[in-house]
Amino acid sequence: MQPTLFSSVHLTVSQLTFHIRKQLENDPTLQDVWVEGEISNLSRPASGHIYFTLKDKNASLKCMMWKPDAAKLRIALQDGMAVEAHGRITVYEPQGTYQLAVNLIQPKGEGALYQEFLRLKAALEAEGLFDPERKRPIPEFPRVVGIVTSGTGAALRDMLNTLRRRLPLTKVILAPAPVQGVDAPPALVKALQSLNSQNPDVILLARGGGSIEDLWAFNDERVVRAVADSKAPIICGVGHETDFTLSDFAADLRAPTPTAAAELATRITLDDLYSQLNYQAARITDLISGLLAEQKALISAFASRMKYVSPERRIQSDTQTLDELSRRAYSALTHRIQLQARHVDGISKRLQSLNPEGILSRGYAIITRKEDGKVVTQVSQAQGEMKVRVSDGEFEVRREQ
Amino acid sequence: MAKTSKTSKTSETLETSALTYEQAMTELESLVEALEGEQNPLEDSMKLFERGQSLVMHCGALLEAAQLKVQKLVGETMTAFEEESE
Repeated sequence: MQPTLFSSVHLTVSQLTFHIRKQLENDPTLQDVWVEGEISNLSRPASGHIYFTLKDKNASLKCMMWKPDAAKLRIALQDGMAVEAHGRITVYEPQGTYQLAVNLIQPKGEGALYQEFLRLKAALEAEGLFDPERKRPIPEFPRVVGIVTSGTGAALRDMLNTLRRRLPLTKVILAPAPVQGVDAPPALVKALQSLNSQNPDVILLARGGGSIEDLWAFNDERVVRAVADSKAPIICGVGHETDFTLSDFAADLRAPTPTAAAELATRITLDDLYSQLNYQAARITDLISGLLAEQKALISAFASRMKYVSPERRIQSDTQTLDELSRRAYSALTHRIQLQARHVDGISKRLQSLNPEGILSRGYAIITRKEDGKVVTQVSQAQGEMKVRVSDGEFEVRREQ
Repeated sequence: MAKTSKTSKTSETLETSALTYEQAMTELESLVEALEGEQNPLEDSMKLFERGQSLVMHCGALLEAAQLKVQKLVGETMTAFEEESE
């Protein structure tokens, strides 16, 4: 083969390889690309990096995943698994090979689902279905809790256990519905509607964890609209903490798990009710003892005031006055009586002195005529039988000329 | 004031045992307010207190006896729900 007139480029292997590398690494398409294929030759050496080959019917592509990205893998890779890998094309110069440096891997089909998810999310968001103003408050103390979930799953058991533990006063109405598969969306919609006719205080819409396909019913437009239309506020607890569904966005509250949904529906627990009750019981007891103490204090205050204004003192002083008066009256009376007594004595003495008996004892005699009883005071009167009265008796005498 | 008088009216008409937990707790709360609020005659206060105590007993008994009631809604009809044993 003849060399052409214009000399060809002469390069070392390194130079050529570097050139190729530059070409590939400057192509934006190759630097941000999703590649679909089946995993083969999967190898996980001790370094922590992952190596595998992606292939389809006609081609294969060497892939590698650096340790930090490999640690973030959500799924367990297996040979034969159909996946979509995201990354950029690099060149491994020592081997002269190109490879896909993968940073994300998801099961095949997930990408399309995710695109649909984003499209529907944007559309419903634009419609205002996810507006924060639409969110209603969740009652703190629901009497009736509606549950829409599978009648047989662990999610239901978790929620019932949580409700039983936290607030067994609650009544639960379960509207069971399949939570995955083609039948799930219409069944979920129907369950939400019939449940709403029972006027629950809050509805828990829940499902245990699963793959994105398993949770897909909760991204179904019909279900999302039914959630938004629900009369009762809805707490949506689908999958695990990292799973977000459109039902979560439309719900009044998103819970990371079914158990958390049941917890969020029972902000007030039995323990809270007990302490509230004990508080109120203590409060009325305090109040009534306070009231009684107040009344007692009032009474004793009145008692002292009464004492101050009581007529007792006056009674005492009046009694004294009375005693004084009585004493004065008595002494006045005694005086009078003594005076009288003395007077009587005097009169009695005078009387005594006038008593003829006194004169008789001094030797005088009273002579009366026996005939007519007249006292003889003159000689002429002394005639016939007469009685002579002396101090200790009388005797008869007779005048004989 | 109006609330309080309403409370005392219900307390005359309804036995505590006929009240739901929420009714009893609501009445208990307004009763406490009535007790601390106005200057009721002592006899009325004592009555409120006794009523309060019986409300507390009732609430306590309800909490003690509380059991989660679960019913299943199939279509529009309500049936008893049997939990699978674990």
